[in-house]
Amino acid sequence: MSAQFLQFLLAGLTVGAIYALVALGFAIIYNASQVINFAQGEFVMIGGMATVWLANAGWPLPAAIAAAVLLAALVGLALEKLAVEPARGASVVTLIIITIGASILLRGFATIFWDKKIHPLKAFSGEAPIQFGGATLLPQSLWVLGVTLAIVLLLSWFFGRTLLGKALLATSHNRLAAQLAGINVQHVLLLSFGLSAALGAVAGILIAPITFTAWDVGVMLGLKGFAAAILGGMGSGPGAIVGGLVLGIIEAMGAGYVSSAYKDAIAFVIILAVLFFMPSGLLGQRSADRV
Amino acid sequence: MARQFLLGALLAIASLVTQAQEPIRVGAFLAVTGPAAFLGDPEQKTLELYIERLNAAGGVLGRKLQLVSYDSAGDAEKARTFAKRLIEQDKVDLIVGGTTTGETMAVVALVEQAGIPFISLAGAVVIIEPVKKWVFKTPHTDRMACERIFLDMRGRKIERIGLISGSGGFDKSMRGECLKVAPTYRVQIVADEAYGGGDTDMTAQLTKIKNTPGVQAVLNAGFGQGPAIVTKNFKQLGMNVPLYQSHGVASKQYIQLAGDAAEGVRLPAAAVLVAEKLPADDKQRPVAVGYKKTYEGRYKQEISTFGGHAYDGLMIAVEAIKRAGSTDKAKVREAIESTKGFIGTGGVVNMTPRDHMGLDLTHFRMLEVRKGDWALVQ
Repeated sequence: MSAQFLQFLLAGLTVGAIYALVALGFAIIYNASQVINFAQGEFVMIGGMATVWLANAGWPLPAAIAAAVLLAALVGLALEKLAVEPARGASVVTLIIITIGASILLRGFATIFWDKKIHPLKAFSGEAPIQFGGATLLPQSLWVLGVTLAIVLLLSWFFGRTLLGKALLATSHNRLAAQLAGINVQHVLLLSFGLSAALGAVAGILIAPITFTAWDVGVMLGLKGFAAAILGGMGSGPGAIVGGLVLGIIEAMGAGYVSSAYKDAIAFVIILAVLFFMPSGLLGQRSADRV
Repeated sequence: MARQFLLGALLAIASLVTQAQEPIRVGAFLAVTGPAAFLGDPEQKTLELYIERLNAAGGVLGRKLQLVSYDSAGDAEKARTFAKRLIEQDKVDLIVGGTTTGETMAVVALVEQAGIPFISLAGAVVIIEPVKKWVFKTPHTDRMACERIFLDMRGRKIERIGLISGSGGFDKSMRGECLKVAPTYRVQIVADEAYGGGDTDMTAQLTKIKNTPGVQAVLNAGFGQGPAIVTKNFKQLGMNVPLYQSHGVASKQYIQLAGDAAEGVRLPAAAVLVAEKLPADDKQRPVAVGYKKTYEGRYKQEISTFGGHAYDGLMIAVEAIKRAGSTDKAKVREAIESTKGFIGTGGVVNMTPRDHMGLDLTHFRMLEVRKGDWALVQ
């Protein structure tokens, strides 16, 4: 029984790490601009598809990965410059609709520029399963968990110890004050989009060897990352990570012990439950309005 | 007076002539993109290729064939919309299409009401059972896939199996059929798991099957990317019992996606996949090899059974139109229903008013994946 439990747990952690990365992307952009960027899932897709495209063109895998992440970051910057910045004064709802439109556009570009087929990506270090306490783990899962951990550590160093990271945090706390303190809020916004896009791309590349990639993987992954971000508390970095892992584990346990056919529904039931009972999420701050 | 008569006669002759030159419109709605793309894409390419060839050879009944096709992307709603468009706006003479069972079933009511012959390229037995007047199909049914697999299992003395299937129309139908016919072949299904359409990780379900005592083989009823992931997970979990797939994965794309994990997987499939390995006296060999050479020569892409289904559908329709001597829908329907001895990529087709598919188990082969290629299991 416990070997089975372990198997489910490992599967849940692997996919949960991906959700965590996507949720972090949501959190960073939300923090900097109060915008919920529904094109986040498309960055995940761009990461995976671009890597497959370059790898098939003969590029060595590390170079393809680096280039793909860069491409996604550029797309993120373009999104901010061309779609979000011109609409700066608009209401939050308008901005959200703009990002939804952008996600549809990006998917369309993907089908034209690449194709609509499902693509496998070679695993980074082979596919020989690793035995672990009665359960088996793919080497790629170790990559997923390892890289996610490294990214989390990197980001906490970035936000805690570098001036640029602190500027980003400052902008998220109080935009006007940050401007008055001399922080170029425009650049901070650009940076947040580029960073989120890069995070999404990394997530897409890590998971592609396990789950394949295609032009439309961004839809589900984006929505589940969004669910994870809400679960952890929208805007909270640690919340995004916790939310992602918890969502991944609940999904795997639900599929294993309850019903495997309704796995996708779990994420959306969680969104509803959180919004009904605990709108600020697990680690989010309770918002209080002065009356 | 005479001039008016002459003008009228000229116009009448002109209209007759243009009527005769009016192309035979073959309508199609196929899942060229989406989760069933590796079924629909070769189907589209096959229809285009063979209509081109038929036209180059003079057309049918002296008329050119014209393909009007839409991409339904595996979506039943879209399929319905496009079928409606084909019938009402494009006014096609018959329809060959419906890549997936879901898409086909969504269109049945429309086609029955409009009275237009429809040859489906989808798998589930529910398409032709109960038999519907205007609906036919070319691929072997899911029930036949179950039977063919159980026959092979009996040969390997396999009696207890685990079943894992997806949530699509074909998956659910095949699961139901396998559950129904298993007792006849003395096969017991001791584990029964399901996964969702877009699921990317089936280790949970496979773990449950692995932990069920006495499982001697696993049967995966599905098509598209699901079975590829099941296959990879199967290898990851170190399950070394035989894995059987349905004919829904009869395409090289499956082997590409599943990689090494596909070694040793068995599936029932039409002979066309192993065309060149068929014995010289096999009735299907000429058709299979001919299709393979023509398709691969043009598209530089390996064939799949799905393109073969489309070939069979088109050729059966064309033969029927020739026999009916017109494109009158009722006559063509009757001609399709009386197809006898048609040798296609799926087998020898003999339709009757009660059997709108016309295939039996004889030409449904058992294949095994060896070294990344198909091998015929004797």
